[in-house]
Amino acid sequence: MTDAAPARGWHRLDPRMLAVTPLRQLTGFLPVIVIFLIAGGTRLDGRFYGVLAAVVAVVIAGIARWFTTRYRVTEERVELRSGLLFRRRRSVPRDRIRTVDLTAGPVHRIFGLSVVNVGTGQRTEGTEAGELSLDAVAAAEADRLRQRLLERATDIPQPDADTPPDQEIARLDWSWLRFAPLTVSSLVAVGAVAGAGSQLAGDLGVDPSDIGELNGARQQLETAPLWLGVALFALLVLLVGLLGSVLLFIEAWWGYRLAREPGGTLRVRRGALTTRSISLEERRLRGVEVAEPLLLRAGGGARLTAVATGLGGAKAEGRGTLLPPAPVAEAHRVSAAVLAEQPAPTTIALRRHPPAARRRRLLRAVVPVAVLVALLWLLPVPGWLPWTAATLLPVAVLLALDAYRNLGHALAGRYLVTRHGAAVRSTAALQRSGVIGWTVSQSIFQRRSELVTLAATTAAGSGAYAVYDVGTADGLALGEQVVPGLLAPFLTTAAAGDEAPDQEVLPGHRPFTK
Amino acid sequence: MQRSEPLRLRPPRHQVSDRAIPWWTLQAVASVLTVLVPLGIALAMWDSVRAWLGWSCVAVLLLGTVYVVVMPRWRFRVHRWEVTDEAVYTSAGWLSQEWRVAPLSRIQTIDTERGPLQQLFGLSTVTVTTASAAGALQVTGLDRRLARDLVEQLTATTQATPGDAT
Repeated sequence: MTDAAPARGWHRLDPRMLAVTPLRQLTGFLPVIVIFLIAGGTRLDGRFYGVLAAVVAVVIAGIARWFTTRYRVTEERVELRSGLLFRRRRSVPRDRIRTVDLTAGPVHRIFGLSVVNVGTGQRTEGTEAGELSLDAVAAAEADRLRQRLLERATDIPQPDADTPPDQEIARLDWSWLRFAPLTVSSLVAVGAVAGAGSQLAGDLGVDPSDIGELNGARQQLETAPLWLGVALFALLVLLVGLLGSVLLFIEAWWGYRLAREPGGTLRVRRGALTTRSISLEERRLRGVEVAEPLLLRAGGGARLTAVATGLGGAKAEGRGTLLPPAPVAEAHRVSAAVLAEQPAPTTIALRRHPPAARRRRLLRAVVPVAVLVALLWLLPVPGWLPWTAATLLPVAVLLALDAYRNLGHALAGRYLVTRHGAAVRSTAALQRSGVIGWTVSQSIFQRRSELVTLAATTAAGSGAYAVYDVGTADGLALGEQVVPGLLAPFLTTAAAGDEAPDQEVLPGHRPFTK
Repeated sequence: MQRSEPLRLRPPRHQVSDRAIPWWTLQAVASVLTVLVPLGIALAMWDSVRAWLGWSCVAVLLLGTVYVVVMPRWRFRVHRWEVTDEAVYTSAGWLSQEWRVAPLSRIQTIDTERGPLQQLFGLSTVTVTTASAAGALQVTGLDRRLARDLVEQLTATTQATPGDAT
């Protein structure tokens, strides 16, 4: 394979895209068409012709795109040419490739196609700088490309004729469906879908009251007492949220499977209508994070995210997700398997933080509520309002105590483990070799209580993982243990004021004399 | 028996330029004025809330004066930096303080920046970034020439280090 591959070798996208692109764009217009049919479909006015023209234009553009797009994979790079009026060439060096993800929406799947997203995980501003997307190639070709591009990245030998089987780490257990309604993000997504729907109806000038059935229901409600209306509405929202979150869970996690492939790649496959295949090189893995939002925690569930470099910062949304919302024990089991570390670093017993950290948490919870109550007392508002606000106080105190209970850190072999948070309890295990610096911060209040917040900076995940409100001496000792020699030159046990004098700064620069 | 003091971070060796004090002072004056001027205009225009606004003005003026006088001098005592053979070490802040350490082997880029006010005082800000999204180290208020030489030295050192610093 050294010089056999020719310099030419440009490929077109799959010809089935000639059908897929217009079809997909038409399904995009489907809600518009449906709304037109429901609400006064007999009026063929300007808006209708506008939509029709847009449909035709979009279909032509889609067909033109296929004729002008070509890609090729050479020994060094992946290249993509596209555009008729605006010619674009995008080229990604193969040794920069960090991720090769496959996505197939419903229409793609009917035609047996798959979108290949090649990522370099750059965090640079130009949002798409490091991305190259082949939309779309045949599913088999997509899988071949994925293997070929990732192999180059990991430098493993070609798999033999009988490809060694991958090793399964986790697969979907349908009993996890019970966690679906407990995830706030799914409720937000349901709200977003509903919001987008009403926005669309509004844009098209459709008033829900034009629709007879809705109108009748509203009139019946108007005659009922207020409390009944409110209760019914709340029940409706709850039911829609419940159903929506379950449906979203099924769509996202149908057929979920996490496996370790030969050559050191973790692969997540999932999705009912839209299938996704997300690959993660193990050598880019720097740890895991177990997150337990309050609701999910109450139900005994947790989420598991990979902390890895090269996932692409903010755009990495969901790329590091290793597991659907699952029982917390399962999250720990999978984290142990993914990190190849027994027992899981995330289950290690943690060192608690000084009582001063609890005082800080209580103060930060109580003071804002107290200020709010005092303000409401002084302002001319109904008398029950300050009392209602005062009921927030016990809630704030309970959350603060929980936040303190959750606070902790430990050194678990190759991992630094840190936990914090009440609304979302997060337990992060970060590889010590992945720590590329320290940020020690101390507010004026922390200074009085001899506490610091010690953050390990890393190229992976969110960029920094903090040990909050740890005792100053303990925190610094921990930092020195995690990366021996990095903090040591800057530590001292001398009393303040005994520092070495300012020496020559750089050749030719004298220190400032006071 | 000598009682050993608990472990703590020592300040980095070098101070920033003392011209940073007037620079920070000007910045502080500007930020106080952005609050005070609208308040003053409102005071001149509306009679009905005069008493209330007047007291706000007095409060802002008093707190602002303390801020303008105290903050730059406090910062000057805190803002320090140091480059060893292995690492860059900085401290910054005043009420809240922050110490940052990054090994030279993990440095990705070194930038200098000079705003109009900084140019007036012959100062530069040096920013040292690592592969971490949260790991940039900043030394503000360095003498312009010193900053230039520092960047040269750091660039030379970090170019010698192989790897992609992740």
